Amino acid sequence: MADKVLMKGNEAIAEAAIVAGCRHYFGYPITPQTEIAAYMAKRMPKIGGTFLQAESEIAAINMVYGVASTGKRVMTSSSSPGISLKGEGLSYLAGADLPSLVVNVQRGGPGLGGIQPSQSDYFQATKAGGHGDFRMIVLAPASVQEMADLTVKGFELADKYRMTSMILADGTMGQMMEPVSLDLAVNPPIEKPWATTGTKMEREHNIVNSLFLVPEELEKSNFERYDRYKYIEENECMWEEYLMDDAEICIAAFGIAARVSKNAINEARKQGIKVGLIRPITLWPFPNAPFKKAADKVSQIISVELSMGQMIDDVRLASECKVPVTLSNRAGGMIPSPEQVLDAIKEAAKGGAK
Amino acid sequence: MFDKRITLFCGHYGSGKTNIAVNAALKLSEEYKNIALADLDIVNPYFRTKDSSSMLSEKGIRLICSEYANSNVDIPALPAEIYAITDDKNLKSVVDIGGDDRGAYVLGRISEKIVSENDYDMLMVINSYRPLTRDAQSTMEVLNEIETAAKIKFTGLINNSNLGEETTPEDVLASLEYAQSVSKATGLPIVATTVKEELYEALLGKIENLFPLKLQEKIM
Repeated sequence: MADKVLMKGNEAIAEAAIVAGCRHYFGYPITPQTEIAAYMAKRMPKIGGTFLQAESEIAAINMVYGVASTGKRVMTSSSSPGISLKGEGLSYLAGADLPSLVVNVQRGGPGLGGIQPSQSDYFQATKAGGHGDFRMIVLAPASVQEMADLTVKGFELADKYRMTSMILADGTMGQMMEPVSLDLAVNPPIEKPWATTGTKMEREHNIVNSLFLVPEELEKSNFERYDRYKYIEENECMWEEYLMDDAEICIAAFGIAARVSKNAINEARKQGIKVGLIRPITLWPFPNAPFKKAADKVSQIISVELSMGQMIDDVRLASECKVPVTLSNRAGGMIPSPEQVLDAIKEAAKGGAK
Repeated sequence: MFDKRITLFCGHYGSGKTNIAVNAALKLSEEYKNIALADLDIVNPYFRTKDSSSMLSEKGIRLICSEYANSNVDIPALPAEIYAITDDKNLKSVVDIGGDDRGAYVLGRISEKIVSENDYDMLMVINSYRPLTRDAQSTMEVLNEIETAAKIKFTGLINNSNLGEETTPEDVLASLEYAQSVSKATGLPIVATTVKEELYEALLGKIENLFPLKLQEKIM
């Protein structure tokens, strides 16, 4: 018997969360992530956990705030329009320095959009999850196994830095089925002396709050938070490089776009074009280093995205505009084909690689 | 195999029902005319028979599904045409039911007629590599929930144990013990073991009632 099981990406996130010790899930159904809620509804009652279908996404994220205050691992999940509704709560979580895991299985937008896969919430996830100065750790899985692995990682990073980790997947990643090992390495939980667990008359009250009416204090909390963010940027970047050693053209792509790109790269290599891939796994903190390095040796970077071009801005900043950064994209729920990406690679090769 | 007037495929979601139903209809269309493939899955808006509609119509297979499927009003609606399954006795129907008991409620609407005609197979698609149906006991839980919702009893099992594209012949062989334990616990026969067609040659002769499946193409 193989030690792997066949799972949808959504199910893998749910089971990995349980393996990571999460016993509290709050959500509201929306395609294409509903399997996370359905899986939790089946599993949580059997293991003494809480599954609760809230009356709205806003209610769900505030329930997350409540449980997070007690120091317990907690999560919610949704898809694009639902994440917009959670924006206020995400900001409150940041303001109160609470750890949580939030999953966005993206669908095409804007507006109600469609139910097909998309990466067009990149801006929202990495730059503007809600009002105020704050960041979320944003993790971008590219396989069902990574959906599981990064869920565990997300909880651990959230606890360590007292902030929200977001899994930024898309409809394809959520729906596709692949073999996955659930033998996941989980580190022991860390102490949370700030949690509101009851004083037992032995300590001062812990207060969880995001309201600071004295501007000097509010500014101080912002500066302290950004010191933490700086540390994260220096220490927690994750990325994968594929065939970059001799690459003359570089593709930048995450999640499902990276998988399509790999197929195109393999085909281009057969035709003698030296092309490689940098796949950011953390979208925030964005892995600047590999792009900076690549910009010194490649002639062009192609950003492959399921959006009108959002990550491309970060790629340009990371590569310090030393080489042209072009876009090969589909939007609105469409997925670029390997042929489309191959054409973009060939076009770049014509431009004359260094 | 699949020679009753109505063949119903039910099971845990993600067990492979839709793909098996499409393949079963294609197989039947080689022998029979008047084949219908009915998509009663109102749970999952992806991986639908409608995705195969042009291929099915080329083979002369009548597709019965929500006229709103894959459209902007993709609501959980069923077409009136589903009554052709029960009322048109010249039609040989393969029916794809939605996953779990939630999906099977739809079948409850027409199952009384199917039971009284008594020319049907109701097949439970099982996969030992799905995390919520890894053993006989958990599989039986799902099976009982489906029967209660659908108001109709299963007549057989389809062992579709697989790990997707990575499935090896050994994975399939290793699942036989599981399938037999479900069969023993339920008293239902294993009507077929389904494998992707690339594995068919390697397993032929080693497993009874082996049935090859063509899988939909992927680009990732």
